[in-house]
Amino acid sequence: MSAVTQETESPKYTSKDLVTDQEVRWCPGCGDYSILKQVQTVIPELGIPREDIVFISGIGCSSRFPYYMETYGMHSIHGRATAIVSGLKSVRPELSVWVVTGDGDALSIGGNHFIHLLRRNFNVNVLLFNNEIYGLTKGQYSPTSEEGKITKSTPMGSVDHPFNPIALALGADGTFAARSMDRDPVHLKEMLRRSNSHKGTSFLEIYQNCNVFNDGAFEIFTEKSSKKEETIFVEHGKPLVFGHNMEKGIKLDGFKPVIVDVAGGEASTNDLWIHDEHDRVKAGILARFFDRHEAGKPHFPRPFGVFYSEERGCYEEGLNAQIEQAKSKKSADLNALLKGRETWVIG
Amino acid sequence: MADQEQVLERVIIKFAGDSGDGMQLTGTQFTNTAALLGNDLSTFPDFPAEIRAPQGTIPGVSGYQLHFGSVNIFTPGDSCDVLVVMNAAALKANLRNIHKGGTIIANTDGFDPKNLRLANYPDGVNPLQDGSLENFRVITMDVTKMTRAALTESGLGVKEIDRAKNMFVLGFLYWMYNRDMSHTEHFLREKFSKKPEILEANLKVLKAGYNFGDTSETIGVRYKVLPAPMPPGTYRNIMGNQATAIGLIAASQKSGLGLFLGSYPITPASDILHELSRHKNFGVATYQAEDEIAAICAVIGAAFGGKLAVTTSSGPGIALKGEAMGLGIMLELPMVIINVQRGGPSTGLPTKTEQSDLFQAMYGRNGEAPLPVIAAKSPADCFEAAYEACRIAVEFMTPVVFLSDGYIANGSEPWRFPQSADLKDFKGNFITESNNAEKYLPYKRDEKLSRPWAIPGTKGLEHRIGGLEKQHETGNISYDPENHEFMVHLRAAKVAKVAEYIPLQTIDNGSDKGKLLVLGWGSTYGAIKAAVKDARAKGYDVSHAQLRHLNPFPKNLGEILYNFDQVLIPEMNMGQLNSIIRDKFMIPSIGLNKVKGLPFSTSEIVEKIESLLSGK
Repeated sequence: MSAVTQETESPKYTSKDLVTDQEVRWCPGCGDYSILKQVQTVIPELGIPREDIVFISGIGCSSRFPYYMETYGMHSIHGRATAIVSGLKSVRPELSVWVVTGDGDALSIGGNHFIHLLRRNFNVNVLLFNNEIYGLTKGQYSPTSEEGKITKSTPMGSVDHPFNPIALALGADGTFAARSMDRDPVHLKEMLRRSNSHKGTSFLEIYQNCNVFNDGAFEIFTEKSSKKEETIFVEHGKPLVFGHNMEKGIKLDGFKPVIVDVAGGEASTNDLWIHDEHDRVKAGILARFFDRHEAGKPHFPRPFGVFYSEERGCYEEGLNAQIEQAKSKKSADLNALLKGRETWVIG
Repeated sequence: MADQEQVLERVIIKFAGDSGDGMQLTGTQFTNTAALLGNDLSTFPDFPAEIRAPQGTIPGVSGYQLHFGSVNIFTPGDSCDVLVVMNAAALKANLRNIHKGGTIIANTDGFDPKNLRLANYPDGVNPLQDGSLENFRVITMDVTKMTRAALTESGLGVKEIDRAKNMFVLGFLYWMYNRDMSHTEHFLREKFSKKPEILEANLKVLKAGYNFGDTSETIGVRYKVLPAPMPPGTYRNIMGNQATAIGLIAASQKSGLGLFLGSYPITPASDILHELSRHKNFGVATYQAEDEIAAICAVIGAAFGGKLAVTTSSGPGIALKGEAMGLGIMLELPMVIINVQRGGPSTGLPTKTEQSDLFQAMYGRNGEAPLPVIAAKSPADCFEAAYEACRIAVEFMTPVVFLSDGYIANGSEPWRFPQSADLKDFKGNFITESNNAEKYLPYKRDEKLSRPWAIPGTKGLEHRIGGLEKQHETGNISYDPENHEFMVHLRAAKVAKVAEYIPLQTIDNGSDKGKLLVLGWGSTYGAIKAAVKDARAKGYDVSHAQLRHLNPFPKNLGEILYNFDQVLIPEMNMGQLNSIIRDKFMIPSIGLNKVKGLPFSTSEIVEKIESLLSGK
């Protein structure tokens, strides 16, 4: 393996050094622009030499991303970025590897590789741009589109039940699951940092508005008028509160979450659910705060933040430890291998 | 006692029994002993696709054919001289494989009413007793009874005792062919070092079988097969899949590139994965992926990371890898795609052999997507072919398809193995400084039209590659029509360029011009070699050439073909190489095609040669 030179001091480059000479070709107003900007802002802070960073994508609007990052990159084939990074990370564990994918790429055509990446827990970061639609193929429903969605391929409404990406990641034994959105740069940057610092597969779902084919899909979460009522930003060790004045909280009644009015004295802060990132069961409950907004009916706010994180060995560590163990026990003697166990001489 | 001793030039033995009877082990032991005694040999295991088909039935029959001799041996042989059958089903399944006058050694216990019924013999019919085998010499013995008798005092249960039955047969054959048993005794001591009572039982039964031959006067004659005139050197026995695995490790060691295998288990390729997994001390990383697509995609990732990356599969798996192979071609990264071919289409015949994936290798991708294709001709040749595939992949920055098949993958032969120092080094096109005053040009080419390999971690050479059409040299996305056509031609020219860096085609046997050339590729080598030898001995003007490089062809192939009046192409498919040869060289080449899941017999090819040259 060709060794990567470890810089002794933190590498110096700015977000501008991460901009390539390629013209960015997303539609004007696309949420991808914001995500690209936040990534380019956060990466220089991480202390990773630029040449040690690799962005790998599949196919879809989001997958153009590597062309706009002045790092190593690969724009591969549909759904396979997660499989490609598994090979790359196996042999080059020291690299900082990022997957950029979308709801169709990761969850539909690449669903299999996605769950296996999570279970193996390769130390990579997966940024899933979820816009709940197929953009590049011009507007068919995706595996995260809601039931009844009217699209070009579902004129009478989709009869598919959607995936809940966070629940899927937890179900696949992922060790890190988080959610953010394109229109909250501060939160998104924080989630990118958290994704990077987690050892193992960091799964970050990013709500991303497709202003051409699915405009406003996440409006209630992103617009000022409704954001505070419809979202809840979870932080480790802090109670689950939301609302215009943070007046509402969430309490657990057994395994059942209930919304309580803290300001009105229905419950005190001490009664509320304190977010614990390391609690898999509670992460599962949190991931299911997914009911669609129905006017007039009470419903849970959509959670953002780190749902779950745990420390678990990474595949590449196990793989390379076995190789090192084998090397220490037996030398690499090619002549002995060629010879095998039994030989005979003629002549 | 004064046994007669008869010297034989060559013998074909087939061991057949229920898949639980240990016939593969018996066959391998007899083979290794023959090899150590200096015989030339060739083997062909023939086992059911089911792990354990119902006991005693025809689908459950497992066989192992061995051809050994004091002369050069090229194939596992057409029809057997000796057929060992452990039960009625084994006889029924193999009776057509033994020639008249051949010897059948039958375990009578396997011909009881139950076994006869399971083998679908009519009620009351026992082939050992009804005279239907009068054209053969039949030696019957109750192996089960004698094995149990030998182990009455062993303290082992009946089930364990019966598992030693195959050792009785092996011992008997060792007596019959005058073989030294020490190799097998040594093998058993290692295998059962932790189970002394099982070891003792096996050794005892092995000797009992030998002594039975010695004392029973079942047959008055013992046979002797002298060592073969092989080129001097040190030999070992090797199976094709094992040779492939070792070839990959050798390529990794000699190029200094770490080996990464991304694979998904599939018959008959899985043994390469198993073998490589055992050699982690050579820095080999094996990755059992979630599916065939993931396996090759992991290979693409590892190749991007600067490793010698290989995926192994068989036809159905290769079909799934098609899109990623196209990506490999577009990215221009080195990788080796190994197809151990089996009977198709679809799931086809998983444990049977065929050469029907040549078109798939040549054309099985979208777009204009050529890549080098090479094939191994014999079990031991898998070593060199795998090594060559790695060299071409790395030197030309391209995916290479390496074709093997079930026949040579599981077959074995003696191998005069090389020393590490005999193997030619090769190296990757690594680049650490920019090749351009301004921006690094990832697709700037060398004299081979090969591009540089700038791997992540190399400062200053950060770049992006992808599956979209790219601009010449810069690698930037380009939809320009002129550029696309240029790049399509350029990628084709690169693959064609490989022809300048491979050996010229040689004639394996015969003169370089004449009436008939038999042109083969891959595993048909042994059968064609033996057939052309026979035909030439009979006075026919026929030559033999075997292709290793199928894309591109060696530069002089056309010249060779035009020097013959007729060209015959035997293939285990409907004529795929024949189509390519006709297309490329515009000659009326003639196909000889067999699609039975079985290799050619020598006689099938001899007959065709005779019919072509006797004007019929």
